Amino acid sequence: MTSLSSPSSSTAPAIESAPELHPSSDHHPSGDHEEHHGDFRMFGLVLFLVGDGMTFAGLFAAYLTFRAVNPLPSGGVYDLELLLPTINTALLVISSFTFHRAARQLRLGEGFGCRLWLLITAALGAAFLASQMLEYFKLPFGLTANLFASTFYVLTGFHGLHVTLGVMMILIVWWQARAGGSINRESHFGLEAAELYWHFVDGIWVVLFGIIYLL
Amino acid sequence: MTAGPLISGSQKTPPLSLKPTNHLAMESTSELPVSLIPQHGGWLRYLSFSLDHKVVGIQYLVTGFLFYLIGGVLAGMIRTELATPISDYLSREVYNEVLTMHGTIMIFLWIVPVVNGAFGNYLIPFYVGARDMAFPRLNAVAFWMIPPAGLLLIASFFIGGASQSGWTAYPPLSLRTPALGQLIWIFSVLLLGGSSILGGINFIVTILKLRRPGLKMMQLPMYCWAMLGTSILVVLSTPVLAGTLVMLAFDIVAHTGFFNPAIGGNAVVYQHLFWFYSHPAVYIMVLPAFGLVSEILPVHSRKPLFGYTTMVYSILAIVFLGLIVWAHHMFTSGTPPWMRLFFTIATSFIAVPTGIKFFNWLATLWGGKIALNSAMLFACAFIVNFVLGGITGVALAQVPFDIHVHDTYFVVAHFHYIVYGGTVFIIFSSIYHWYPKLTGRMLNEPLGMLHFVLTFVGFNLCFGPQHWLGMNGMPRRVSEYDPQFTLMNQISSVGALLMALSTLPFLINVFHSAWRGRVAGNNPWRALTPEWLTSSPPPVENWNGPAPHVEHPYGYGLVETTP
Repeated sequence: MTSLSSPSSSTAPAIESAPELHPSSDHHPSGDHEEHHGDFRMFGLVLFLVGDGMTFAGLFAAYLTFRAVNPLPSGGVYDLELLLPTINTALLVISSFTFHRAARQLRLGEGFGCRLWLLITAALGAAFLASQMLEYFKLPFGLTANLFASTFYVLTGFHGLHVTLGVMMILIVWWQARAGGSINRESHFGLEAAELYWHFVDGIWVVLFGIIYLL
Repeated sequence: MTAGPLISGSQKTPPLSLKPTNHLAMESTSELPVSLIPQHGGWLRYLSFSLDHKVVGIQYLVTGFLFYLIGGVLAGMIRTELATPISDYLSREVYNEVLTMHGTIMIFLWIVPVVNGAFGNYLIPFYVGARDMAFPRLNAVAFWMIPPAGLLLIASFFIGGASQSGWTAYPPLSLRTPALGQLIWIFSVLLLGGSSILGGINFIVTILKLRRPGLKMMQLPMYCWAMLGTSILVVLSTPVLAGTLVMLAFDIVAHTGFFNPAIGGNAVVYQHLFWFYSHPAVYIMVLPAFGLVSEILPVHSRKPLFGYTTMVYSILAIVFLGLIVWAHHMFTSGTPPWMRLFFTIATSFIAVPTGIKFFNWLATLWGGKIALNSAMLFACAFIVNFVLGGITGVALAQVPFDIHVHDTYFVVAHFHYIVYGGTVFIIFSSIYHWYPKLTGRMLNEPLGMLHFVLTFVGFNLCFGPQHWLGMNGMPRRVSEYDPQFTLMNQISSVGALLMALSTLPFLINVFHSAWRGRVAGNNPWRALTPEWLTSSPPPVENWNGPAPHVEHPYGYGLVETTP
């Protein structure tokens, strides 16, 4: 039974045929093969975000366990002011829509519209960060006050780090989407990757808001 | 009907005529034997940011082995100290540092990078019929995170003392030991974890997306399935450890109280989060070895791998169960009874898929034409050692027994039977098996046999008595012990000495054979998996011509093979 199929060309002495078959390998001695297959960067990013989500899941699990089994010392409060965080939630959710709008504009070929919506998204992200800082300054407890305070700051801070990176990504994408830049109607992986990341950060915030502020 | 020879059968020598095209490398390597210049570029590319998966794989292997030697020296220091009941050779603090570094280096810098990174990077693109990994640059980045992390970890010995809290870094102990060493440990493990995650993402994408057209998942060699399962564990569990270690760092630096009971924290939460990674980490160390042994046994017994489908589902079952058994490490941590019951049952269940794999391996050997060469000896010894480690594992899953031997040398013995008797034996087996492919030359068999005998006898002499020591109550991680344990400890230390000696014939063999070894040819084992269907060492593009479509990677007796 024929179980192995092989091209007849490989039965020729491989040594002599190598240079002609793969002239490109002369220029890429370290082996640059990315052009040979499809673009799986988005799949890789999804896997990375799954991992990143697990980091948050671990922190959430720690927070919930602390809350369930470790009573706060007298005077400690779980209650947080809800106004600013609600505004923050709205800012992030809206920014997801504006980013989506920017991506659609790019696909329509509207470079200017795309960059405008990207700037709006970055501004919303920055407003979120400013508002988060304002909340930090207004809160009556510091990082080491008690277990709840520590977990609150580490969780929101870790998320804030993600938002900061996201805003930087959006600004980079905004720069790359200029006329003649590397992101255009045909080639826009950078924009899509940043968009997926931004939606992820947004989704994490919604969970975080529910667990920390509402629960 | 027979399949035609896949690569020219007349080609007896490695492709020596390929000239290095990198002019820098050509100048510097013109003195070296040709077999060490497999393709374009010379040995300098092994020190470079190379994108070739074969180079990256060898980088992982050599780096990992260097750290194995360092970790081995530390193990020798531990066994020297434990040759006498009193603390005389090392001070107690240094002993703690040594045992912490031994564990951390062996796990994070030797076994995980080698059994995943080294063999994974070298073999997976061949197995899926690709020219390289899905993300070659990410691959190189992942590798180059390891040397700095390792050097940082070892440097902590010389800047204020290394971490002393064991590889588990349990708080509150890790909050009381010197902070600098602990922080360096955390930073280093974060780097290594990051490297591991990037590698895992790369493996998943490569295995799922880069298969050559027509190659089905159920035609993949078993190592692909093992690496797929391992990588899923890496991506799901390593980030949790990262978050946990960041919280631990906050406790040390900013004096938050996450894990510090003295100021309202909860140390058991650390244990849960730590073991959510570190129990799967055992499978991250062992599943790839399961895959590798499934490649080696069929080749050297000339029989198809028995029960391919059950092997695949066993791996997936182990991945799933491996994620939900972590608290069996914590039966003495005030774990409530319902939790103990759940984790005991779930842990015992892992014996089922693992047992299936064992019987499949035995059935693969059964009636085969077994060649007892070095690779096969190590692989068969793996089966013996791992059954012993597996049985003690099932015993440890039972709460009453676990409470009796918790934190004793019984656990140390069990763990080393799994990761040394299991995984490290398979690493050596794999080196004997794939060295001809990597270098184009065979390893010396008599030296390999000597290596095997010394390792096998030394290993069992070293860790066998530790079962008895643990059952009789000798605690782990303490540099002093009751004089009644002296004899068994001295036997154990002699075993460790044999293990240290066993490294010598191996090193001599590896270096001698690189220059003087018998030329291997393309396929010295007459194997069917795709990495043998090309020259040894392979060209940069893996195959000159299209990737072969191997429908039956274990079709021994079904398909004609060419040497």
